[in-house]
Amino acid sequence: MAHFFTYAVLTSTVAAAMALAAPFLLAALGETMGQRSGVINLGVDGIMLLSAFATYFTALRTGSLLYGVFAGIGVGIVMGVVTAFISVTLKAEQGISGIGIYLFGLGFSDLLLIKLVGSPLPIPELHPLGIPLLDRIPAVGNMLFKQTILVYLAFLLVPIFTFILYRTSYGLKIRACGENPSAADTVGINVSRIRWSAVLIGCTMAGLAGAALLLYDSVFQQNLTQSEGFIAVALVYFGAWRPVGVMGGSVLYGLTIAVVLELKSLNVIPLSASDLAATAPAVVTILALLLVARRFRQPAMLGKPYERGG
Amino acid sequence: MPVEASRPWAERRATWKRFLLSWFALPGSLLAALLLGALMIAVLGANPLTGYHALFDGAFVGSYALGASAVRAAPLLLVGVGICISFRANMFNIGGEGQLAMGGLACAATALALPNLPSAVLIPLVLLAGAAGGAIWGAIPGAFKAYFNVNEILSTIMLNLVAVQVMNYLLSGPMVDTSQNSTYGLIPETKLLSSHSWLPILIKGTQLHLGVVIAVVVAGGAYILLWHTGLGFRLRAVGMSRDAANYAGIKVKRTMVLAMTLSGAMCGLGGAMLVIGSISHRMVTDGSLTGFTGSDGFNGIVVALFGALSPLWSIISAFLFGGLLTGGDALQVATGVPADMVTALEGLVVVFVVSLEYMRRRARAASLAPPVTPSRASPPTETPAEEGAVLVAASRAVGQPPGEASRAGA
Repeated sequence: MAHFFTYAVLTSTVAAAMALAAPFLLAALGETMGQRSGVINLGVDGIMLLSAFATYFTALRTGSLLYGVFAGIGVGIVMGVVTAFISVTLKAEQGISGIGIYLFGLGFSDLLLIKLVGSPLPIPELHPLGIPLLDRIPAVGNMLFKQTILVYLAFLLVPIFTFILYRTSYGLKIRACGENPSAADTVGINVSRIRWSAVLIGCTMAGLAGAALLLYDSVFQQNLTQSEGFIAVALVYFGAWRPVGVMGGSVLYGLTIAVVLELKSLNVIPLSASDLAATAPAVVTILALLLVARRFRQPAMLGKPYERGG
Repeated sequence: MPVEASRPWAERRATWKRFLLSWFALPGSLLAALLLGALMIAVLGANPLTGYHALFDGAFVGSYALGASAVRAAPLLLVGVGICISFRANMFNIGGEGQLAMGGLACAATALALPNLPSAVLIPLVLLAGAAGGAIWGAIPGAFKAYFNVNEILSTIMLNLVAVQVMNYLLSGPMVDTSQNSTYGLIPETKLLSSHSWLPILIKGTQLHLGVVIAVVVAGGAYILLWHTGLGFRLRAVGMSRDAANYAGIKVKRTMVLAMTLSGAMCGLGGAMLVIGSISHRMVTDGSLTGFTGSDGFNGIVVALFGALSPLWSIISAFLFGGLLTGGDALQVATGVPADMVTALEGLVVVFVVSLEYMRRRARAASLAPPVTPSRASPPTETPAEEGAVLVAASRAVGQPPGEASRAGA
């Protein structure tokens, strides 16, 4: 255990945790907007898989990571249109239609991988970018300010999403549609338009999250996300539907993974028990869901389609 | 408002629309998914007709293919029945994968511990062990939902992530087959199970085993449970409206836990069948849940939805999707389009089914309760009189009975 509490190991663990947290954070921030408007999107994992593949394939063919990220975002937007049409316009049961989107993404991304790529080669790595001056701060610099641009973007979006949600009239409308859509309708807010836009934001962010995850791994494989999209949805509950809380949840989740990985590589956890140790992030999330469910209330109309006069 | 004279026509049209939507919504969903799939195959540079022909042949032509499809369908049906029970109680059990794994582990451990019991004792015993393993893994999220209001969709998915690690730990540690001689480390699998635990083959030359019969009998039992017992009524009443059920004196929280426990037990039974009905006669994984389950925890959701959340219709639905999954390999051989195509098709089917459900409910409401003839809006005939009060209260509380499929249970 003594090896763990050294300067080098601790800083590298925290740095890894931030990098691991970024895809979760991106997806969960987007999902927060959707859920605040009353729509739960369980297809995040499928959308992340599709956009991760689009990012991979585009980057592989063009050699440009930037084009890859744009392709990932594009797929997110397209899937957002599909999701919003199903959940908002057709008023389908959101819990189940999301599973449909997930299955589609899971099957289709692997189908495209086998058919279009065959044996996958890694794409160029996205290099970390030190922020001038800040990265020289002892300890903190190594932990926080030598990350890739997508990690910075993820954390930068937290205050921006907080501002939009709590300080703009658009954010107020989103929250109104999640809490009391008929009242919102009465004062002239177009509920389905607001929900459409919130779902689109959510799916665009899911697309970005898929791109970020792919750039972290550099290569696509079957079921690349390993349910990370579902975890992102759980993190929204974990963070009690607040962007800052969602950030806390994502960092805690990333930290749990990073600590387990680090302890494993230092042989603190014997190899035979490493599978059991790997349950830690999921167990922590379940316990956090227990605590949050007792203390916070979800948006009143979460998951319920809005019908006039209903 | 339309004029009075046009009302009979509008009424007739509403009835027709309801009829079409209720009988053709599900086949239409499958057809639409297959058409989109054909487009995908064509875009990928293969001939859709050749592909579907190979898929159909591989699934349903010849006794071997039929047997393989039926065997593939058995665990699917059990998971589907579990999903019917939980969804009818308005509990979204997405944890079929984890419950399958826990059921499989409990079954394999029992079979390894008691290899010398006669088949007539050992097979029922290991199946029960599997059901118990799945039941525990279902009861946990059920209790979390009922007593702590934890979203069951999320907790079941988290428990899948826990189950995969527990499975990997047990299959590569305490339960691993140490007699393998491999140079690259041990494969995570148990040793060959005692032949007393193997499900007997029913027709020589095919894979058709006793498990298929067991699954169909269990589905029949679940139908009787849901529509002809007090417990089934309570499960469905809680599913329609927790408030109304509570008002009627039903112990809502206990019923919610029970729904998830039963659902988990069905999935666990499916897991047991995956172990003792497998060709290798052992429990094997590749380090992922899918490696053991073949994604049946999710496929079962598709089966249940396509079976209109009725255990009896799910029998047909399971056979259909068991066939599609079996034929997927033939599709891959014939056209080079990977068998994952079937998973993508399933996703499309789910999306279409739930999207049409809303239109179906609206058409049903329009044709059942026209404003001028309130007498036609009689309560469903399948409901016994003394129980009708609760259902009417429930349907008032939620506007319309959710998922009350008109042909389910007919």
